[in-house]
Amino acid sequence: MQLFPCPFCGLREESEFHYGAEAGNVRPDAGFVSADQWSDYLHMRDNPKGATREIWVHLTCGEFFMMERDTVTHRVMGSTLLEDATHSA
Amino acid sequence: MSASRLHAGGSEIDRSRNLTFTFDGREIQAFAGDSIASALLASGQAIVGRSFKYHRPRGIWGSGVEEPNALVDIQSSGGRVPNARATTEPAEHGLTVTSVNASPDALSDRHAMLDRFARFIPAAFYYKTFMWPDWHLFEPRIRAMAGLGIVDRAWTPRKASVQINHHCDVLVVGAGPAGLAAASHAAAAGHSVLLVDDRQHPGGSLRYRAGDIDGMPGHRWADETAKRLTEQGHTPLTETTAFGVYDHNLVALNQRHRDGRPDTLWRVRPRRIVLATGAIERPVPFANNDLPGILSADAALAYLRLHAVLVGRQVVVATNNDSAYEVASALAEAGASVTLVDCRAEARTTAPANVRLLAGRTVASAAGRKAVEGVVLSDGTAMPADCVLVSGGWTPSVHLFSQAKGKLAWSDELAAFLPANEVDGIGVAGAVAGTVSLSDTLNSATNALGSFGTPVGPAPRSVGPEATLGVVGLWPRMRAKGRIWIDYQNDVTAKDVELAARENFISVEHLKRYTTLGMATDQGKTSNLNGLALLAEATGRAIADVGTTTYRPPFTPVPFVSLNGPRRNSLLSPVRRLPLEARHRSDGAVFQEYGGWLRPACYGAGKAADLIQEEARRARQYLALFDGSTLGKIEVIGPQAAEFVDFIYYNTMSTLKPGRCRYGFILSENGIVFDDGILMRIDENRFIVSCSSSHVAAVHARLEEWRQDRFERSAVYIHNATSDLATLTVSGPRARDLLEKLDLGLDLDDASLPHMSLAQGRFGDDDLRVARVSFTGDRSYELSIRADRAEALWARLQSAGEAFQAVTIGLEALMILRAEKGYIVIGKDTDGNTMPHDLGVSGPREKRKTEFVGRRSLFTEDAERSDRKQLVGLAIAEGEPPLATGAHAIDRSDGHKRSIGFVTSSYHSPTLGRAIALALIESGAQRHGETVELYHLGVLRRAILVPPCAFDPEGGRLHA
Repeated sequence: MQLFPCPFCGLREESEFHYGAEAGNVRPDAGFVSADQWSDYLHMRDNPKGATREIWVHLTCGEFFMMERDTVTHRVMGSTLLEDATHSA
Repeated sequence: MSASRLHAGGSEIDRSRNLTFTFDGREIQAFAGDSIASALLASGQAIVGRSFKYHRPRGIWGSGVEEPNALVDIQSSGGRVPNARATTEPAEHGLTVTSVNASPDALSDRHAMLDRFARFIPAAFYYKTFMWPDWHLFEPRIRAMAGLGIVDRAWTPRKASVQINHHCDVLVVGAGPAGLAAASHAAAAGHSVLLVDDRQHPGGSLRYRAGDIDGMPGHRWADETAKRLTEQGHTPLTETTAFGVYDHNLVALNQRHRDGRPDTLWRVRPRRIVLATGAIERPVPFANNDLPGILSADAALAYLRLHAVLVGRQVVVATNNDSAYEVASALAEAGASVTLVDCRAEARTTAPANVRLLAGRTVASAAGRKAVEGVVLSDGTAMPADCVLVSGGWTPSVHLFSQAKGKLAWSDELAAFLPANEVDGIGVAGAVAGTVSLSDTLNSATNALGSFGTPVGPAPRSVGPEATLGVVGLWPRMRAKGRIWIDYQNDVTAKDVELAARENFISVEHLKRYTTLGMATDQGKTSNLNGLALLAEATGRAIADVGTTTYRPPFTPVPFVSLNGPRRNSLLSPVRRLPLEARHRSDGAVFQEYGGWLRPACYGAGKAADLIQEEARRARQYLALFDGSTLGKIEVIGPQAAEFVDFIYYNTMSTLKPGRCRYGFILSENGIVFDDGILMRIDENRFIVSCSSSHVAAVHARLEEWRQDRFERSAVYIHNATSDLATLTVSGPRARDLLEKLDLGLDLDDASLPHMSLAQGRFGDDDLRVARVSFTGDRSYELSIRADRAEALWARLQSAGEAFQAVTIGLEALMILRAEKGYIVIGKDTDGNTMPHDLGVSGPREKRKTEFVGRRSLFTEDAERSDRKQLVGLAIAEGEPPLATGAHAIDRSDGHKRSIGFVTSSYHSPTLGRAIALALIESGAQRHGETVELYHLGVLRRAILVPPCAFDPEGGRLHA
């Protein structure tokens, strides 16, 4: 059972969290959006081995945040409020 | 084999307390403190089980968790435990113990003849043999023969098992010398310590092997150390197995109880873990090395010292290391005639005086039918023996270390894999770290504690001669004569491993799956390394290069009840309850679960179908009262609330005027209709999302996600007020007349409160929200009031309703009413492909200019297809019964059957006096008037495609 840091509540067990999205998967909604662009946004994920940035939600407080962790070692590097996180992956 | 109980000795048995249990129907005498295994040995029971595949007779091999053979089913007053290890289960009075995989019993098993066909059924034979004509033909017979113990299907736990979450500074696994030393160091340094051990008493090997610490015998030092820890408040947990190290160093413990309570599950979060898990002795490979009477040398010493059981009279000890010398000497001292066969040409330890030492030789084979009767040595010497003790070296118990993603390295000196790297927060001490002498073992504790081990006071010191090992490789060899058992529990022989290598299963993981080496309840604790070594030889590699299979929890089997804990029935999946449940019950409601809510399906006694028809009929004719409290009431508040709902909804919502309601869809990003419902606008900056009952949590989560993703923190607030308010619905042509009687303090005339509008009134002292919206197609009012005040309102509605012949309806009648109108239920009349234009709502798709969730997906190639499944009604000939929900519409125009859609809702309408149905049919909206064939369970029926609304299509009744 991993321990995740909610930026609001502190360290909590992973069962209190849901995965939200890949960080930096920005919704393309300005002007013309090609089918490929939209399909990338909907379906294509990086699935990186190693360091990754993800959006998670702490179900018990309802807040979404950005978390950096390692998909191999499961080490958690830290978490950031959404409003402080930059949109680039 | 002629094991027997000695007249004196046995540090763990209490000779004043006799007890009896039965094994395979025979009575077994034992003492308190015996394990089932020690009692079976003491009573001379050589055969205790039959092997998994060949039904070979098997005896006890070990003395602890490593036991591969002695699996038994144990029936006690607490229930039946299948596949328990006889070596770790305490003997208790009145137990019924039976051998597994044997009928009628282990001694005379009727499947024993299978062994004679062994050469025809090697590893994986069934993958090759039962392919033709069809595996499923053979499967039932094979399944019936496979498996070990028998599960009592009728058994249910009398009470839930306890689960404990625990935090401590240091968790020490294993209370042998290294673990005890680590625990006392950490305790002395002021840390909170949890020390766990799977045996009944702390001490590990100190309880039966020689060694003095701090001037006293090892076992006394162990007792005193444990006592001191208890006095300091660090009570050691015995009979507790650390079975798994999970992510971020969560350790799971399985604690067993002797009083019939189910096992306790501990979830421990230590700041530091010390693994002092010891090592397990390996078998020695020779032909017929699985005969009863052949056991681990270490186990024989444990049985002698702890239980006063002498495992044989004429004993051959086969070894490749020094650790068996103490065993040979102790057995000889106890009266056995002992021959020590050491494969090393020059034994490094001097032979004990009372033992005959044959150096530079190995045991080539054992002989005997139902138990070992003699051995033949590598030089051809034959000698009789009623017991063969084997010590093929020691395998460190690295399981937990490896589970924590620790890496292993091969040590030639110890002929074993050892922990090789630092794992954050974990240290290893004692035999698992590769120590041999007692001094090294005790000293390793400090290092294992890391920063928690700063020494305070003197460290425990060992005095006297130190143990040595001097182990050399004694591995199974290719093309050796006879049947050499590698894995006892799964009946894997050296030939099976060679066969796998020949067939190119040369990855260790493939070897495991092809031969089943290292599977089953013991997970290869004794067998793995011999298997790896043989695979290494067969493939011309070093053992280090072959590597090990992945270690996964649990270390030993753990009962599901303990993992389950209190999460049963309503604690596993709690139903949500209506505030008026008690009231509905006294009204005779028949309850059913709908989307997690326990709701009235219908009211009254009698046939449910008839009650439902009557409720639906009277609802149309007179007046219906319905508890709709489960409807979503999610408030969206804030200066950008209008902008927010515009983005969330498919329909434009910002144009809604305060005090008005609008029906709309919420889509998911792939354009699929996710929810439908009414949006109410209270004022400029405040909306209420009235979403589907079973969808409230999911809709709330989506609203939150979009809010946090796209809006400033103070621009929009979302509050789920679903349970705050009860919603009671009055529906029917005379609904307004009833409301007039309630004195709600608001104008109910159609100009003030038209269809799709809302107003704030009062009921007694409480606020009451009145929304004129309808899911029945009749004039309807939803009255929302504080949940704790709803009962008075409901009572008032029912009493005032009597004058109007009002009927209280359940959800089933409501389903009929809405289906008559063609109103959909999301997830029932739609599926994971349904887009809004498939439901005939294409206006926003064509006209909206602003962005909303799922918009782009409505213009993909797939979304534009002309043959999309669309919502239609089905007209069925008068007098015919309703269609089956789920029946497929089929098209046979090109010669073969093809599904073009399916029935989503189907009812008998009491008002229309005929069956009605809704369906999703390819291009259905353009095909009104056409006849389709519907197929269900071999029956073909016909229906005409019509618009979804079957009742009052003009909608006059909404305003009646």
